[in-house]
Amino acid sequence: MSPRKFWRRLGSPKWFYRISGPWRPVFLAPALLLLAIGTVWGLAFAPPDYQQGNSFRIIYVHVPAAMLAQSVYLLLGAAGALLLVWRMKLAGLVLQTMVGFGMGATALALFTGAVWGKPTWGAWWVFDGRTTSTLVLLFLYFGLHALRRAIPDPAAAGRACALLAVVGVVNIPIIKYSVHWWTTLHQGATFKLTEAPAMPPEMWAPLLVNVAGAYCLLAANLVAKLRNAILREERSTQWVRGLVGANRPGAAP
Amino acid sequence: MFEDWQAFAAMGGHGLYVWLAYAAALLLLVVNMHKLRADRRCTLRLLGSQAAEDDASPAP
Repeated sequence: MSPRKFWRRLGSPKWFYRISGPWRPVFLAPALLLLAIGTVWGLAFAPPDYQQGNSFRIIYVHVPAAMLAQSVYLLLGAAGALLLVWRMKLAGLVLQTMVGFGMGATALALFTGAVWGKPTWGAWWVFDGRTTSTLVLLFLYFGLHALRRAIPDPAAAGRACALLAVVGVVNIPIIKYSVHWWTTLHQGATFKLTEAPAMPPEMWAPLLVNVAGAYCLLAANLVAKLRNAILREERSTQWVRGLVGANRPGAAP
Repeated sequence: MFEDWQAFAAMGGHGLYVWLAYAAALLLLVVNMHKLRADRRCTLRLLGSQAAEDDASPAP
């Protein structure tokens, strides 16, 4: 399939529903398996940190949650742009269905950061660059959630949320570079593209497993929620009616 | 490596913090799984009720 054709087809919920059918079981089981392996490995078998002792094990929840929090927002920002510029229906559905997932990940990143900060920094919360910009991210998710419900017309609500999602993307590089721009208690990135991790492999390997599991969970949520949203949105169309009819017991062939 | 289960639970005195973090993650995962199922059920119910309406008043 040529890239142009693929692009045009991406706009069609019917096409996405058809091709994503086999993807459904591909992500959820690996997500749960990877998260179970990474968690047990990180909790019980990774060595304690020479300074932080065992409280550092919170990293195996905190980092995957924080990565999801930012990745989901980037996804929403991209979907917002696609909806505003190309009126892509599928992008509108991404924007509609994934806000809650990102909100949960952000809340988890902040909560695990607080319970890690208490024994490590001596405070549940400090207003520094990384924590404050992540709190702003949580408020952006709240804003997207509230804006959708505040505007009765679904199309107008979709455009308003798309605009907020796109504008809010400016916060993502602020979160990323906050540990370099400002004096901070927060440590730098564990995984970098250009350098080997400062941690020994027996400490970062379980983290890598949990990060992979977290992204599988994101993919599983995206596919499942999009497929449901497509069916609801297109329920009066011929193809969905045909699908429902074919799946009913005793339906005419 | 921990010597016994007690040491594992205590996490070198940081047990409260470590277990709070993992409990929160587990709770969110359970909520997420539940929501995925509820979303599926709600969608199927919506389609089912529409199909029932169609049967009651077939399109011309």
